[in-house]
Amino acid sequence: MIFRTAGQFKTSYEADQALFPIKQDFYLVLGVLLLAYVVFPLTASEFAFKALLVPVLIYSLAALGLNILTGYCGQLSLGTAAFMGVGAYATYKFMSIFPEMNIFVAIFLSGFFSAAVGVAFGLPSLRIKGFYLAIATLAAQFFLVWLFEKWAWLYNYNASGAIEVSTSSVFGITVTGPTALPIVQYYCVLIVVTLVTWFAINLTRGRYGRMWKATRDMDIAAELVGIKLITAKLTAFAVSSYIVGIAGGLLVFFWKGAAEPNLFDIPLSFQILFIAIIGGLGSILGNYLGAILIVALPVVLNLLPNALGIPIDSATLEHLNVMIVGALIIAFLILEPHGLARFYAIIREKLILWPFPY
Amino acid sequence: MNAFVADKALSSANPSADEDREVLLNVENVSLSFGGVKAITDISFDILKGEIRAIIGPNGAGKTSMLNVINGFYHPQEGTITWQGKVRNKIKPHEAVSQGIARTFQNVALFKGMSTLDNIMAGRSTRMKANIFFQMIWYGAAMREEIEHRKRVEDIIDFLEIQAIRRTPVGKLPYGLQKRVELARALAMEPELLLLDEPMAGMNLEEKEDMSRFIVDVNQEFGTTIALIEHDMGVVMDLSDRVVVLDYGKKIADGRPEEVQANQNVIDAYLGVAH
Ligand SMILES: Nc1ncnc2c1ncn2[C@@H]1O[C@H](COP(=O)(O)OP(=O)(O)OP(=O)(O)O)[C@@H](O)[C@H]1O
Ligand SMILES: [Mg+2]
Repeated sequence: MIFRTAGQFKTSYEADQALFPIKQDFYLVLGVLLLAYVVFPLTASEFAFKALLVPVLIYSLAALGLNILTGYCGQLSLGTAAFMGVGAYATYKFMSIFPEMNIFVAIFLSGFFSAAVGVAFGLPSLRIKGFYLAIATLAAQFFLVWLFEKWAWLYNYNASGAIEVSTSSVFGITVTGPTALPIVQYYCVLIVVTLVTWFAINLTRGRYGRMWKATRDMDIAAELVGIKLITAKLTAFAVSSYIVGIAGGLLVFFWKGAAEPNLFDIPLSFQILFIAIIGGLGSILGNYLGAILIVALPVVLNLLPNALGIPIDSATLEHLNVMIVGALIIAFLILEPHGLARFYAIIREKLILWPFPY
Repeated sequence: MNAFVADKALSSANPSADEDREVLLNVENVSLSFGGVKAITDISFDILKGEIRAIIGPNGAGKTSMLNVINGFYHPQEGTITWQGKVRNKIKPHEAVSQGIARTFQNVALFKGMSTLDNIMAGRSTRMKANIFFQMIWYGAAMREEIEHRKRVEDIIDFLEIQAIRRTPVGKLPYGLQKRVELARALAMEPELLLLDEPMAGMNLEEKEDMSRFIVDVNQEFGTTIALIEHDMGVVMDLSDRVVVLDYGKKIADGRPEEVQANQNVIDAYLGVAH
């Protein structure tokens, strides 16, 4: 009797199009928000913030960005990390040129840079698809990381070639730099992620979402119903790279504190892609589920030796992690391409019908 | 058989059915080939405003290719197309949509991962204008627009009696219903001219009757002009005002259904008499 929809009739299209057409969804989201905004901050340790909560949020956001392009619009990208890098370096430059700038303003503005770069590298998608497009985005990946290394202006000619986050504050509270409290940084990331998620939900359920999905499902038919493929694809690249860029800014400024160019190399691109696949392509929720799994798995594995009383060295654990993730990817690709989000959808559907399945 | 002569003889015997009706679309001497394959050879015919115009012919006759030419998906090597009195330049399919030409496909071309509602709403993409920032916050113009278009779409859903499958992903629907959703999507474009490519293929009798009723209703209630490709001769005879018959890419007859049915060239083409 959890998901009772009986008696909930819609009397206007406005109500039917509301964010949560079913009340129980609303309570569920409210519950999750309560956990994230109240329960976790009250209970989490410094380690939990740094190793679990903040990474989950940032990876979710990056995967959300990728999902808009790949899951919703059907354009595979292997350059996610590089676009994150563009966001991070742009934020860094903003903060070094205008040290007084509000960090959030800097991050949201930086998104426009990654969006522009994303659109530029998305142009080939007008001509090529699938495998060939993936290779084109891979070229972006290599080129941009090379640029992060070679263009010394980007890292203010530091001898180390790395960018380092300096202290900045908002409303008198230190939010970035070595002295910022983990709980403060967690809240900063959480607010940005909540906001962007809400934007993404609105975009995907409206006109743009339909254009993207139509392009993904059958591009020729999309064209024949009047959708301009060029608009659909390039807006997907723009929105996707915008979100990915923001995730990159957060990654460096609210989590790592410093970054070398190779942080934005292929392994990170694949990690984000894996999160999107395991979570579920074409779903918003999936990104969070996927990120939780990918971030929590190594942490849980590290606890294993103690819990079981068997000494396993950390290299073995590392390998174990890679093997499990690999197996999961293959399993999901073969058995459930819609990922973890699909499991949630099935459970939800069952609960709505329960106890009368017909 | 000399198709060209037959065509000349017929068209002089059958001038346009209703002289007073405005010509909506005029196809003149259109030829289309793919490499060496001639799909359409020197075809001319017109579609009058408000009529149901059937295009029939054996498999491979060039019917689908003709629709593809009309909606700008293929560009003929020769010939002119006049739309609402103006000679039309080379256009893209999405431009055809904004000019008022919508269509359905021989092989259902729906967006499989999307719900019925989203598929039909997608048919209104060209009419939606709210900018991305309003869309992001689902506010103001974006929300008003979404609701306004949703109302129109709901009217179409009621009209085609598909309320129950509103939220179902179309990939899960049986074939007959998919065809109906495709018609709904085309209607959502509020076309002046609706091109239907075998809308009843693979349907059972009951589904065919429903579909026929919808087609007639669309034509009479909304005044939509319809070009209909159909293999079922019973349906063609019942529904259409005029019929154009193609065979091997050439026009072999054009006229009222009963005239076409009695035409020797048409009978030969369908019975497969050697050329
Ligand atoms: N894109 C294409 N490339 C090459 N040849 C094509 C193409 N489209 C159609 N043809 C050829 O043009 C001819 C006419 O095809 P078309 O699909 O128009 O026939 P049709 O009358 O619709 O037949 P059916 O009743 O089987 O649907 C066929 O010989 C076909 O092989
Ligand atoms: Mg055909």
